Parts: sequence; structure tokens; C-alpha cells
Amino acid sequence: MYRAFLIKYGEIAIKGKNRYLFEDKLVRQIEFALKPVDGDFAVRKEQGRIYVEVVSEEYDYDETVEALKRVFGIVAFCPVVLVEDEGFDKLAEDTISYIKKAHPDCRFTFKVNARRARKNYPMNSMEINAALGEKILEALPETKVDVHTPEVVIHIEIRNQINIYSVEIPGPGGMPVGSAGRAMLLLSGGIDSPVAGYMISKRGVEIEATYFHAPPYTSERAKQKVIDLAKIVAKYSGPVKLHVVNFTDIQLYIHEQCPHEELTIIMRRYMMKIAQHFANEDHCLGLITGESIGQVASQTMQSLMVTNEVCEMPVYRPLIGFDKQEIVEVAERIGTYETSILPFEDCCTIFVAKHPVTKPNLKVIKRSEEKLAEKIDDLMQTAIDTTETIMVEA
Amino acid sequence: MEAYLDNSATTKCSERAFALMQRVLLEDYGNPSSLHMKGVIAERYVKEAKEKIAKTLKVNEKEIFFTSGGTESNNLAIIGTALANKRAGKRIITTAIEHASVANPMKFLEEEGFEVIYLSVDQDGVLSLDELKESVNDVTILVSLMQVNNEIGAIEPIEEAVQIVHAINPNTLIHVDAIQSYGKMKIYPKKLGIDLLSVSGHKIHGPKGSGFLYVKEKTKIKPLIYGGGQQGGMRSGTENVPGIVGLGEAAAEIYEDFSEKQEHLYSLKELFLTGISEIPGVSVNGKTDRDSAPHIVSMSVEGVRAEVLLHALEEKQIYVSSGSACSSNKPAVSRTLKSIGLKQSLLDSTVRFSFSVHTTKEEILYAVSELKTLIPTLQKYTRRA
Repeated sequence: MYRAFLIKYGEIAIKGKNRYLFEDKLVRQIEFALKPVDGDFAVRKEQGRIYVEVVSEEYDYDETVEALKRVFGIVAFCPVVLVEDEGFDKLAEDTISYIKKAHPDCRFTFKVNARRARKNYPMNSMEINAALGEKILEALPETKVDVHTPEVVIHIEIRNQINIYSVEIPGPGGMPVGSAGRAMLLLSGGIDSPVAGYMISKRGVEIEATYFHAPPYTSERAKQKVIDLAKIVAKYSGPVKLHVVNFTDIQLYIHEQCPHEELTIIMRRYMMKIAQHFANEDHCLGLITGESIGQVASQTMQSLMVTNEVCEMPVYRPLIGFDKQEIVEVAERIGTYETSILPFEDCCTIFVAKHPVTKPNLKVIKRSEEKLAEKIDDLMQTAIDTTETIMVEA
Repeated sequence: MEAYLDNSATTKCSERAFALMQRVLLEDYGNPSSLHMKGVIAERYVKEAKEKIAKTLKVNEKEIFFTSGGTESNNLAIIGTALANKRAGKRIITTAIEHASVANPMKFLEEEGFEVIYLSVDQDGVLSLDELKESVNDVTILVSLMQVNNEIGAIEPIEEAVQIVHAINPNTLIHVDAIQSYGKMKIYPKKLGIDLLSVSGHKIHGPKGSGFLYVKEKTKIKPLIYGGGQQGGMRSGTENVPGIVGLGEAAAEIYEDFSEKQEHLYSLKELFLTGISEIPGVSVNGKTDRDSAPHIVSMSVEGVRAEVLLHALEEKQIYVSSGSACSSNKPAVSRTLKSIGLKQSLLDSTVRFSFSVHTTKEEILYAVSELKTLIPTLQKYTRRA
């Protein structure tokens, strides 16, 4: 029954003179999100609002709602019923039949909120509110009017056609992707990094990702799992350019040369360096990791400081103050959790020392890294040169 | 060079089987139950497949029932006979090293109130006949044994087992899971006293989704799938004619020039065993002589995780299975390897090589030479404690 969607956006509205830029991005993101949906749509800006109209005869309502729920920048959206203006009695009839469908349990308090965009309509908005309220009470005696805190607000907008809506579906909030810049996500197969990517993307940031693959220690299926995760993130963020780095030789070399308990920390420093290389190449403005203070040995504040030291660009750590359970909740909500917990090893879990350092000292680590001087530059270069780039689309 | 050494997982489809299947899919695609000519032709194909299979086992073609594969055959044999014979008793005997498609139906029956006895095996994976003798009694309705173990290639003493069982209780039904043995050895159920025998098509160069259960005439068994009453009501559902003709042809083909094929497999196995015996830290599980299956070698490597070795071999286009699917997140240790008393450190370091009649000596030598270089390298990078 719904033939249009009214898009509500919060933060963008206060953007002053740049507002149109944000709105245009949002329009484009909505169009992009609706592309795979069954049906044709027209998305347009109109008087401080965005309006999605269904153009095709038929469309898949559920798919449309799912797609809009994933567009960053949308605070909420309302499915709208469009009716022709055939006089007030017909409008009342249409409104009541709409209410019966949209709110089948008719015991609620309501108010009517009419807006007359077409000023030649014979009644003004106050009159419509009162008259329509009366008609509704008559037809649905179990409802009650409450003009202060109604449970349902029935919006009536008089335009060329009349719009009726009362249901508001929450969107993800945030800012439209493409309105901020671009950042490089260090994506593992775990629970945290996809969530971190999602959260930064939510602020309007375009996402690229780097994954460190260590064949034969990690399998093709582990790589597939990361691609699958990138695919889920891409549902929100748009296409993700994924760099798959073969990290085996670097890892083995560190394993050979450096104290075992420092392996993870040194490894992570090189991962940051390589990710930063690709980030610079593609004009990213920062790195994103899924780190959270104290979660594992490599995420103590001391370890974070040591890994951070190799980074020249800001490292965004949106989960830094999150508990694991809180991260899991987001992962479940955005749909990455099921994939993240598939049991394939990633390159962080192999070779892990029984007692890795938890309070690494930068000087000590740097001294250990001197033992890598002979080959590490070549190995890094080879890893960069042999990196496979995959465009991951949702 | 590519070496597919995972033929116990599945095999390449035979050209002959494929050609016949293509004909059945594109030309003679009738439903065997249809009354018109197209149906009659399809029915004839099914009958011919039954005849071909019956011939390899020296049984009556009416005793062959087509299924969707080994798992369904095992389920039908075990659950079907248990349900049909529960008034005669509730004891069922099997071994501790059965495939999941036997072990899990057994678990289901335990939940349904049956008593299941799991026979232990020795270090070579051979079941204990003494335990069997102690376990059979007058309420034992079924003994289900695998003929060749899928993980280590142990051959179970079916003939002796049947004699022991029938000496105590002649009414006890015998089911044999022949999924790894059919096509690798000659099996004559009537001679052995077997009542039910499961076979899978894709392990013998037939198509996936095909299989059969031999059910001796007059065996009391209940179907698991109800419907249009095809296959005498034993297994309803329109027959998977392409699968069935593929399976029939593959079965006939595999038993042609059989002793040569068997000899070829044993010589491959011997060549492989000799080759890997020189690699330090490598040990072979189970028997290695001709008392073991001709096509399976289970190899443990000290200090190398199976999954890592598997992926390292994969890079060389050598395809094998890990002995037990074990990963850091979800350890699932193989029951077979545990049952033969393999030491803890090797449980996660065991891979299986399995050959087919199409495997060549060159492939074996290639695999051996790659193993000789890979294993010492991988051992160098084991987790340091």
C-alpha cells in the first residue's frame, strides 16, 4: 500500500551552507542502496526533506525497508500512502482504511497533524486536524485523542496528491558515506574489526581494507571469510577495496629472528606499516583498527603505544572503550557476528607465544627489530608487490 | 603437476558413467513410474543398473535399493532395522570408529531407548572379536560394522565377526558399511552372511547423490522416507535415474579387470610408504601390509599441524585430507585416531592420503618428493613453547 518513503535526517540539517553537499551525498547513497532492490525508485530532494517515490508498478516493500535501514545519514523514515484529492469525505475514508491496516490494534491515543503545502485546499490545517480527528474517533471508537503525547501521529500532507503516514522506522543515523573522507581498515577475520569499520563508515567515511593472509598457515577459507565480512560491511559502507597481503614470509622471518614473546607486537608494527603504505597510495586520511584497551596482550596501552609508533597518520579505534560483549552486540546487529565466529585461523592466532609481552618497551622492541635489518625491507616490498586487490561489493 | 590424493573424500566421475548419465538427462529423461514409453525406457535403465550392481555382489537384483548416498544407506539400514525389530530386542552393537553416518544414527537410537554397545579397537584399528563375543546376546537385533575404516584404512574381520554373532544369536542382523571397501575389494554378502550393505556412488567414480543399500530378501526393515511407494515402498521418491545409471555403470566398471586394479593400488601404496619412511618425524597409522585397505594411508608428522601441511601441499596442487578436522576455535578430535591410542601430540598432526585407480606412480613420487622438502621446513616453524 505504501508508494513512497519520507526520509528524515538529523545531523545534516544543521550543516549550514554545506548542507546541500550532505543532502546530495545522501540522495546518492539512497539510490545506491536501492539499486539491488526489486522495484524502481525516484529519489528527490524537496523542501528540506528527501523523498523516495516508487516508480514501478510493483516493488518489494521488505527489501526496500531493509535497504533504507542500512543507509548512513538516515535517522528515520516513514512509509507513505499516496491518495488522490477527491474531497474531504474520501480523504477521511482513505485515512481510516489506512489506519486499520497500519495499526490493526486500534487501542491507541493519536493526533492528526495536517500540513497544507497546496494552499488552495478548501480547509486549513487546523480544520483538517479537527474534522479528521472526529471522523477517526467515529470510525474507531477505541482510539482516543491526545494532542500532547499521542502514541500515534497521523500525518496528512496536502500536495498534488495527499500523503498519509504515521509509522516511523528508525534508520542507522550517522552521516552519508562519502561526506567525510576515506580510511584504511585493518580487517582480520575476527569479531572486532568489521564492527570498527562499520562504526567509522557510519560517520560518512569511505572504507578500504587490508587483510594479512599467511598461507599455508591460514587457509583459502579463512581468506574467503574475510571477503565475506567485507561484503557485509559493504552493505553499509558501499564497495570496499580489499588488499590481501601475503604476510607469511615476514611472519616467519620475525619468528626466526626475534624473541618469541615479542612476535605479535613486532608483527603488528609491520602490519600497520604495510596498511599505511596502501592507505597513502589511495589518499586515505587514517587507519582503522578494532582494538579495545586491554582485550588481549597486544592491546594493552603499552602495546598500543608501541604499535602506534610506526603510524604517521591517525589511527581510529572506535571500539577502544567497548567491552567484548558490547562489540558482540553491534556485530550481531549488523550481521557480521555469524561469519566472524567461523572457526578458521587468522594470522594473529598462529605462532602465538604462550606468554606474549603485555608491557612492551619501545626501545627493546626496536632493538629486536634491528635483527630484521638484513631482509625485512625486501620482504616488505615483495609483500606489497604481490598484494592482491579485490573490489568487494555487497 | 597436480596430484589428487583425496579419493576417500570423493572421486572423479568415470567417463562411461558420465556418458550414460548425459543420455538419461537429455534424451531418455522419463519418470520410471510413468506408464508411457518414456517411463518404460527409464525403468529399464534403473533395472539394468540394479543388475550390474547385483552382479558385482553376487546377489539378487531385487535386493538392491537406491538411496541418495552412503549416509542415507547407513541411516536406512540402522534406523530402519532397529524400528522394525524393536520387539525382538533393543541391543545394537557397533564399533568405536564408525563414520558419523553410523555413529549419529546410533546416538539417535540411544535417545529412543535402544542400548548401543561400542566395541573397542586395537592400535591398528581392528575391532575386538572377544568383546563382540561377550556383547552378543538374545536381545541383540543388529550388529553394524564398517568394512574399511575411512581414516586409517583398517580392514575389519567381517567374516569372523559374523560367525561369532550367528553362533550366539542367528537372528541378529548384520549391517556392513562398505562405503570405503566397495570397489576396493571383492565383497559377497551371501557368502559372508551379511543382511545389509551400504555403498556410496561418488567413492567409486560414480556421481554424488547416488548410493544403494543391499537388503537381503525377507529382512525386516522399515522405510525412512514415505511417499509414492517407489522401489517397493522401501524408498519413496522419483528415482534419481541419472544418479542410478551413473552408479550402476561405475560399479560395473570398477570390477572389470579387478585384480589388476587392486594390484595397482597396493603397489602405489607400497611406493608411497617406502618414500615417506625416509622422512624424519613421520609415522604411519594402522597396518601397512596387504591386510589393510589398498588405497588409504594415514600419516602423522611430529611437530606439524595437519591443516598447515594440508595447505602447504595444496600450494603444490597436492590434495589430501586432515586426519581430524581440528581448528583453534573448535577442536573436533577424530574418534578413530583416539580409539587406536594415537598419542595426544599427533592427533592434530595426521593427514590422510587416498588413491584411486587413476592415480599414477608419477603422482605418488611427486607427492613424496614434495613431502620430503616441505616437512622439514614446516617442522622448523612449529610453535615454540
